[in-house]
Parts: sequence; structure tokens; C-alpha cells
Amino acid sequence: MGRKLLLEHINEPGIQTFEVYRKKGGYASVEKALKTMKPDDVTEEVKKSGLRGRGGAGFPTGMKWSFIDKKSEKPRYLVCNADESEPGTFKDRYLMEKIPHALIEGMITSSYALGAKTSYIYIRGEYMYVAMILEKAIEEAYAKGFLGKNILGTDYSLDLYVHAGAGAYICGEETALLESLEGKRGNPRLKPPFPAVAGLYACPTVVNNVETIAAVVPIVNMGGDEYSKIGVGKSTGTKLISASGHINKPGVYEIELGVPVEEFIYSEEYCGGIWKGRKLKAVIAGGSSVPILPTDLILKTAKGEPRLMTYESLADGGFATGTMLGSGGFIVLDETASVVENLYTFARFYHHESCGQCSPCREGTGWMEKILHRFRDGHAKKEDIDLLWDVQRKIEGNTICPLGDAAAWPVASAIRHFRKEFEEAVMNSLELAHV
Amino acid sequence: MAKLTIDGIEVEVPDGTTILNAARQIGGKIVPPAMCYYSSLKETGGKCRVCLVKVAQGSAKDPRPMPKLVASCRTPVADGMVVQNITSPDVLEARKGVVEMLLINHPLDCPICDQAGECDLQNLSYEHGLSTSRYEFERRTFEKIDIGDKIKLHMTRCILCYRCVFVANQLTKERVHGVLDRGDRAEISTYIQKAVDNDFSGNMIDVCPVGALTDRTFRFKSRVWFTKPMDAHRNCSKCSGKVVLWMKGDDVLRVTGRKDQHGEVKEFICNECRFEHKNINDWTVEGPRHIDHHSVISQNHYEKIDLIKLKKEVERQLEFQSGKKHLTEGNGLTQTDNHENNQG
Repeated sequence: MGRKLLLEHINEPGIQTFEVYRKKGGYASVEKALKTMKPDDVTEEVKKSGLRGRGGAGFPTGMKWSFIDKKSEKPRYLVCNADESEPGTFKDRYLMEKIPHALIEGMITSSYALGAKTSYIYIRGEYMYVAMILEKAIEEAYAKGFLGKNILGTDYSLDLYVHAGAGAYICGEETALLESLEGKRGNPRLKPPFPAVAGLYACPTVVNNVETIAAVVPIVNMGGDEYSKIGVGKSTGTKLISASGHINKPGVYEIELGVPVEEFIYSEEYCGGIWKGRKLKAVIAGGSSVPILPTDLILKTAKGEPRLMTYESLADGGFATGTMLGSGGFIVLDETASVVENLYTFARFYHHESCGQCSPCREGTGWMEKILHRFRDGHAKKEDIDLLWDVQRKIEGNTICPLGDAAAWPVASAIRHFRKEFEEAVMNSLELAHV
Repeated sequence: MAKLTIDGIEVEVPDGTTILNAARQIGGKIVPPAMCYYSSLKETGGKCRVCLVKVAQGSAKDPRPMPKLVASCRTPVADGMVVQNITSPDVLEARKGVVEMLLINHPLDCPICDQAGECDLQNLSYEHGLSTSRYEFERRTFEKIDIGDKIKLHMTRCILCYRCVFVANQLTKERVHGVLDRGDRAEISTYIQKAVDNDFSGNMIDVCPVGALTDRTFRFKSRVWFTKPMDAHRNCSKCSGKVVLWMKGDDVLRVTGRKDQHGEVKEFICNECRFEHKNINDWTVEGPRHIDHHSVISQNHYEKIDLIKLKKEVERQLEFQSGKKHLTEGNGLTQTDNHENNQG
């Protein structure tokens, strides 16, 4: 059994409430940080822990925090990105729904480290009921003196707000999120300036994922060094994985980074193997936008080493033979699944969610969807495969924000690893035409 | 000050200058095109992606190349930076891709579009586009609407550069139009039943790089290349009063702001000057306008003819005809001219 740091008490009855959460050792990190540590010491512990952003990019959190412009006299903000919209990812919802105080506690400790006096949780509009749960938890925290003026009698004060989005995937991109939080249209900003210099209301801002902020709690409690001992190499700590698709036990699992992919898929502790006794065909390891990998490449790297659930191992081989840990949205396809069909669903999603601000993504995502629709409906031509490849190549890397890349990567990897299926779809189209 | 090279040409510019503006100081063919950036409007740029360039060396201090192509209109220069525009095949390939994307949902109705002849998208597609389209699907269309009594919005032609939104934000007291919806369904529109009605709304027409916003007082009156641009001014209490009159005979067909060699208006004009004074007697005419921007109207028939250049060109054409050179080795007559230099 792997260690559980975030979901340890998840099945405790009443863990949603302040009392039970506190009884199980909750809010200890706030006490420890505010009473015995300087803000920079907290940042130092996070740096030592090797914690990397859990939202998808995997950027070292301590480093992100240290970028915040401390010379600026403007107020500083911590914004929690709870706009979890990546298809296949549902770990943040689970955490916030079941154990909301873990996030609140993390927000307080992290805000203290950054010197933020006001912090926000930006939650996706579809999670309205979760927002209610958070509101209630915040209310309790205020009542018990963990939020508001002079927390625990120290001179640190913090106000925490929950803000719900209106249902746009793009608002999970940190600068679009800030625009939306400011009350504007959620278009991503051009970087630089980065949020650490000019973020929310043009003030220094850190935007972190829910799970990242929740992970600060065990880091402060156990110390950064201790935390960094969990995991493999530069992938330290535990990670929540949203497992879905054709497996026996879909759900959210907390793993110690470094679990072999094969073990994760087949062991009873995690996914419990492929459903209905079928064979594994492909895995999308980190949410819809990361490259899809066929069985041989997801279980073993191109070099033949077993692939592990770490940032490095999954990325081994680059995009030619590797993928990304991403946000941990682990989607499993069995042998009966159609990669083309699956890709069409993703393409439709990205077309629907493109903000339309910059040309390649606005026009290209729609184009890709239409081409894939032809494959799906049996009107595809042989040239369409190369056209699709070329369109994704024209999008990737040429857009303002990573949504363009996110739309292009699944297409590129599906063609790279499953070209045969596209060719079969063309053959079927030809047969249909002859009937 | 920062010293950098763009396509091998060195230039020194103040810190904080963007790559695009540094390139504009050099001038000529190495200037990246720009469809959404507009120097006289703050915060524009970064959206259309046609100005993408490659930064092969970040700066003297940190010589690493930038990992992706960058929007030159919004990327500040650094000392020792090495930029590649037309010398980078990656850039040209990406730009071609962007132009193709801009065109897939564009109606290509240039023959009936008032903007034809002075359209940035038209120029760009001549330079970088394909003569055929690989897009085989139905194009997205919108209904034409009147936003205000003087401006026609033809959303189908729009490339969503957001310039007109910035005009409304920065030149007028209240913005009543903006972008609705998202992705390729995004459209410029007014708030419910509102009309764009303020003294400077006409500038939205001038900043529009395509024919999405056109002057209702000029629609279908003439092809722009049949009109003669004349610099003129009048005393105006609202604006500088410095305009260009587009004339046919003695008739003033339309009035616009004065665009510089990059197609940008530096001094915006008011609606009274633009729409209310279509009489030559209202204006003090200064003389013919030099159109520097490389558009078909810059092939002005009444400009001074450079005989030496013309002779060279004729010789060149004869070379092609006599078979000494193959046609593919050269460009057509209209494209070989350096339009910025042939204005005499």
C-alpha cells in the first residue's frame, strides 16, 4: 500500500466538517507555519520538497513562489485554480467535495508564505455544488479564527473567497482565469508579464492547482526533506490520479509517484485491470491533451525500461514515443475502442472550447473537427490523414496559450501511433462509396 | 539602448521596443506583417499570429533561443538578440499556415468588397497564401448588420483582430460593442439593440484590416483604386482635421484618416470630418497623398514615373520573353516593385 497524504482520512465520517477534520490533525500546518515559521521558511520547505505543479505543467511550485515580485508595493494574491476542466480529470472535485478543509488549510498556509492578504478559489461553474461545500467550510474556518483578522492571535490576516466561473475550459489557463476573475472575457493574456509580476489586478499573483495547494499541508507538517523522500528522482510526493475508461475500478487514486504503469493498471489496489477480460489498447495518461500511447509504449519505454508514473518516465522518449503525466487524467482504452472515434470527441471538445482570440487555434480546431467527422462518418479520403497532420502542425506552438498545443497533441499522437486505424477508416469510406 | 539583428541587419533601438517596431526602423521586406497590432492603440497585438518570428538568440547575456516562434509585435527586444524573419523557413511556413487559417472561413468576396485594394488580408494572401484552398467544408457565415447609421458590420469577413474594440475603449467614453461567443463562432456585436453612436466611431472602419467594417456612406460607390487620395485639412474643434479625401473628379467619395507606411492612422479623426463634409469646398486641399503601404492603390497612376526603373523592368520582361530566363525565376510586374521606393 502506498502512502496517503491527501486522502488519508477521506473515508472518515464527517470529515467535511471542521470538527472532525481538526480532530484528525487538520489545520496543524497553519499553526506550525504562523506560530513557528517565517513566510520565507515555508517557501523554503516547499522548495526542498520538490513539489511540482499538479495542474498539468509540472512546474516546480517552490520556484514559482520565489518568482513573486516582493519588491512591488502592490498587494499580492494567491489564486487557486479549481477550474478543473480537462476531460478525464476529476481529482480536484473529489478532493474539494470530500475533504474541503484540506484545500482551505493549504490556502491559508500558502497565502501566509506568499504574503497574500486576499486569496481566491476560482472554481468551474459546473462545480457549483462544490463551491457551496467550500463556502460552508470557509464559514467554519472564519468562525474558528483560522480566517479573517489576526489568525490564531498572530498579526497575519487573510480573507478567502470562492469565485465560480461560467463554464469555459479556457478559464483553466492561468491568465484567462485571472481575466475572468477580474470580470472580463476569459481570453488568455500574452506573456510576459507573468502573473508573478503582473497577475490579478496587475498585482503579483501566484496561481496554483487545488492539489498543489493541498499538498503544501503535508509538506509543512512533515518537512520538505521528508516529503521529497517519497517518489522517484524529481517526481516527489504523492499524486492524485483520475482513472477512467475501460478498467474494472475507475476512480480517484492517490499514488506515490514512481508506481509502474503496469502495476497501476492491473493491480487490485488501483485500476484492477481491463474490464470484461479484454486487452489493453491504448492509454491517455494525463488528461485529454497529452499524447495517446499504444500498449507497448505505455507499459515500457522505447528503451524497454518499465514505464513509471512519474513526470520523467512518462515523458521519456519525447513526443515520438512518450507522453506526459499532465494533470493525472488516466484514460484507458480497451481493444474494442476506436482511436478515431475517441479523437473526434476530443477534437469536438477543443473546437467548442477555443476562445477564438488567436487565429491558428480559432480556425484550426474547427477544421480538425470537421476532417475527423469525415473519418467517423465514412467520407474520408486518403489525403485527409496528411491534411489533418499538417493542420495540427500549423497550430502547435503558434498560439498564445497552450490550448492550441492541447488540441494538436492528441491528433498528432493518434496519427503517429494509430495511422493504421485512419487508413482503415479511409478504406471503409471507399467501400461505403461502392455500395 | 539595445542592439539586435533582424535577418542579419543590425539595428539599435531603445529598451522596451518590440521586435516589430525595431524591424520597422530597418524597413523593407524584413518587416513582419501585422494584422492585429496597431501602434496608435494600446494593448493591441499578439492575436493574429502573422507577425511570428524566430528568436535564434535571446540576448547577449542569455543566448539560448526562444523555444517557440514569438509574436514580434508584443515581444520586447534585448541586447544581442538575433531575430529571423524572412530568413527562417520555419517562420515562413508558420506564417503561411496562419494565412491559410485566416482564409478558411473568409468569404473571399474581394470582387464585391469595399476594402479590396487596401486590404491587409488580400496583400498577405498574395504574398503567403496558396492559390487554392484545402478547406472543403461550408464556411461560417453571419448576417450583415448595421451597427450605427454610418457603419456596416460584415462579420463573415472579420478576422477578430479586436482593433475596433480597442478603438471604442480608448477613443470613446463608452464601449457598446465587443466580442460575443467564442472559438470560430466568436463575433463582433453590439449590446442588445444598442447602436455604435459616438463622435469617433468611424475610426473603427479605418483600423479594420479587412472589409468587416465599412463606411456606409461609401459602400459600393467606387473601387478604391479608381479614386484619388488627396491630403486635406479643415478647422475642426473635435479632432486634428487632417484627413485624406478619396476623390473621383471633383466629388469627395469618402474621407479617412491618414495612414502611414504601415497602414496605421496616427491621428484619429472625428465622425463630423469623416461623414458630414463630402464637399471639396469644406476642405483645404494640400496635394496628392503618397500611399506608401504596399497595396494595389499604391500603384498610383498619377505618381511620377521612374524612367530608369521602368526601363530595367522592361528589359527584365524581355529576358523572360526571349526565353533567357524562365518565368518561375521572377515575380510578376506588380510584385517585383518595391512599392515603398517607387513613389518618386
